[in-house]
Amino acid sequence: MNFNQAPAPFLKPLTSVGAIMRQVLYALVPATIAYVWFFGWGIVIQMLIAVVFALAAEAMMLSLRGRPLRPFLGDCSALITAVLLAWALPPTAPWWLAAVGVIFAIVFAKHLYGGLGYNVFNPAMAGYVVLLISFPQQMTQWIAPDFLIGESVRLSFMETLQAIFAGFPAGIDIDAVTAATPLDHLRTQLSQGAVIQEITTHPMYGMAAGHGWEWIGVFLLLGGAWLMYRRVIKWQIPAGVLLGLGGLAAIFWFIDPSTHASPLFHVFSGAAILGAFFIATDPVSAPASDKGRLIYGLCIGVLVYVIRAWGGYPDGIAFAVLLMNMAAPFIDHYTKPRTYGHERP
Amino acid sequence: MAERLHRFRGGLELPGMKEAATASPIRVMPPPKRIVLPLSQHIGEPAKPRVAPGERVLRGQMVAAAEGVISAAIHASTSGTVVAIEDHLVPHPSGLAAPCIIIDADGRDEAIEPVPLSDWENRDAGEIRERVRDAGIVGLGGAAFPSWIKLSGNRDQPLDTLILNGAECEPCISCDDMLMRERADEVISGARIMLRALHARHCLVAVEDNKPEAAEALQAALAKFADPRIELVIVPSRYPQGGERQLIETLTGREVPHDGLPLDIGIVCHNVATAAAVHRAVVHGEPLTSRIVTVTGGGVAEPCNVEARIGTRMSELIAFCGGYRGDVARLIMGGPMMGFTLRSDDAPVIKASNCLLAGTAEEFAPRRETLPCIRCGACADACPASLLPQMLYWHTRARDFERVQEYDLFDCIECGSCDLVCPSQIPLVSHFRYAKTEIWGKNEERAKADNARRRHEARQARLEREAREQEEKRRRKLEALEKMKSGDAKKAEIAAALERAQKRKEERS
Repeated sequence: MNFNQAPAPFLKPLTSVGAIMRQVLYALVPATIAYVWFFGWGIVIQMLIAVVFALAAEAMMLSLRGRPLRPFLGDCSALITAVLLAWALPPTAPWWLAAVGVIFAIVFAKHLYGGLGYNVFNPAMAGYVVLLISFPQQMTQWIAPDFLIGESVRLSFMETLQAIFAGFPAGIDIDAVTAATPLDHLRTQLSQGAVIQEITTHPMYGMAAGHGWEWIGVFLLLGGAWLMYRRVIKWQIPAGVLLGLGGLAAIFWFIDPSTHASPLFHVFSGAAILGAFFIATDPVSAPASDKGRLIYGLCIGVLVYVIRAWGGYPDGIAFAVLLMNMAAPFIDHYTKPRTYGHERP
Repeated sequence: MAERLHRFRGGLELPGMKEAATASPIRVMPPPKRIVLPLSQHIGEPAKPRVAPGERVLRGQMVAAAEGVISAAIHASTSGTVVAIEDHLVPHPSGLAAPCIIIDADGRDEAIEPVPLSDWENRDAGEIRERVRDAGIVGLGGAAFPSWIKLSGNRDQPLDTLILNGAECEPCISCDDMLMRERADEVISGARIMLRALHARHCLVAVEDNKPEAAEALQAALAKFADPRIELVIVPSRYPQGGERQLIETLTGREVPHDGLPLDIGIVCHNVATAAAVHRAVVHGEPLTSRIVTVTGGGVAEPCNVEARIGTRMSELIAFCGGYRGDVARLIMGGPMMGFTLRSDDAPVIKASNCLLAGTAEEFAPRRETLPCIRCGACADACPASLLPQMLYWHTRARDFERVQEYDLFDCIECGSCDLVCPSQIPLVSHFRYAKTEIWGKNEERAKADNARRRHEARQARLEREAREQEEKRRRKLEALEKMKSGDAKKAEIAAALERAQKRKEERS
């Protein structure tokens, strides 16, 4: 009797790209719910807009490049790019912002570099930076958390939808519903000579960082821990980012706590935790070895602090990640692990 | 001795898939009507036939002798008549035919008179090695390296530890498990013989913790022999625990140098079934003519372990186990991680056949579409050799074989762990095998080109030398000619002078 031949191994594969990416999406669910709780429905609408444009751009690029649609749309990588970009946008940003950002991410940062697996830069962060540089006003107009504004002016779902697709509805005072983020607020206040202790008496501050923001941080941390438990990501990059950022912040805070925010504030503010667990861990644009990833994470953390403390932007995750993306091949070259049976260097 | 276990890097927790074949005891299969003995069942040179077609042979009679140092003898596995020495399909990944001795059994199964080496405890190590060599014993774990060579030890360095490998980490395979359960005495006795041959101080018998029955049987056997040098060690079930280098790391925490052998760190590793075969060869005088084969998979009616004669065709082995069941997609020799598919079940059981796996389509689904590498690093985490499979893959795709070697391609043991964990379902091991073959091919080509260049240069030099010699000869000839010519001139001068003298004489007179 004759049989077909095939190469080993013959066991079924243990996982797939789609399964990994979907787990990343699941891990974002609790934090997304918290986001909605504090900031309203904006983020969900932004996600939907981003996903629609991301899938359309992905499908268009795949067909232009003559690649099969089904396996590549099924890998869910475009979905992740869209969701992460939506996380980075102000919840009431106009719809075309998400569209432009995600199209740039998919078309330029991903497919023009060769598509899945070949992109040098993290697509979501590339898209975000393009928006931040091109549309600074829209990108910094953050809605204030619900508890800061009165019941009467809080945006309903329909009003949010209207704000995103047609501009803020008449009769709503933009200044009444938007506010600087804690990172931004602290920065402006410090530049005006205020000390931390008095700045943080503002109601927007909670226990460690921005009220609301810190709770979202806790849920992101939980999601990240779950991803580590599921072995979707490993500890090196998140630990590196948080240690780099928190460590450097701790040094300056120790020197002068009145003009330098605490490490806890830095970790729980802005996109630090999101960046550490969900953005910097994008494997395609990160180094390959464990040691390399720890170095990569640490450098991102340090860069974030440098940008926050002395740079021109209140937060620096996107710039730090993109800068380190460029360094990934270099890090790879110098962190090749010792092969079994070879001499220890 | 093993006080504390270490942990080898990487590896996977895989399902055992061994229950089906371990439910019943080992079944002894009677000799089949026809025996097919490939001349190359081991690593090294093929054996050289010692019989001719038409000759009657007995079970245990050597029908092919070892050729050169790294080779192994082959023995008839039942009595009968040699009908041909010709090409026949052999179990090899290539699916090609190779020279085999084909014997038609006479059904009497007569054996040659066994010559036991019963007083082996007083025999010289060399005599034991010779016996193992003459019995045609090779590593029965699947590698099939001639065992007597690995019983030679090292003259420069006293051997510390003999490791008997009973880990059997690959899913589906249970031949060693069943052997240890039912014939633990043979394993321990074999260990004692090997200790004598090697002059080793002690022996560790390693068994994975998913084989409690085997461990119990070995413990009982150890109690019986009461040999303090031999110790049973239970190691964690983790693929590839049974890899020689991984097992050594688990037991001793030491690494074998990448360009060396376990011997270099005072260790020798043998499979438990090899130890049992050594016992039979030495104590009972029986050469290696049968082995235990796990016949399993969803495609076989009665999965079990069979003691089959070497040379039994797979089709008959399957028939002995109730035949095929359902839709068999693949017939695999070895396990589902490192085995290879057979083109046909006409191939015979050889010394390296530890498992015959008849897999259905549901068990071993065909690969899905391969996606690009996303550099997730799961492969590097799973690699027991600490390689970066994603980089090896990248450079292999680019055909940059120099970089592939910089990333230590040749330290890949092809265990398949990276392949299994790859979310993009990239057939990594196939790529690495391809790269290895390409590099070997290139090296061979380079050697050939070097050879051709040397020959060309030598020819050129010879031609030049010949031309020079010819020129020299010609020159010498010319000179001689010249000399000869100049000789004539002198004569003419002398004649002219004589003539002038004559004239003067005449004038005077």
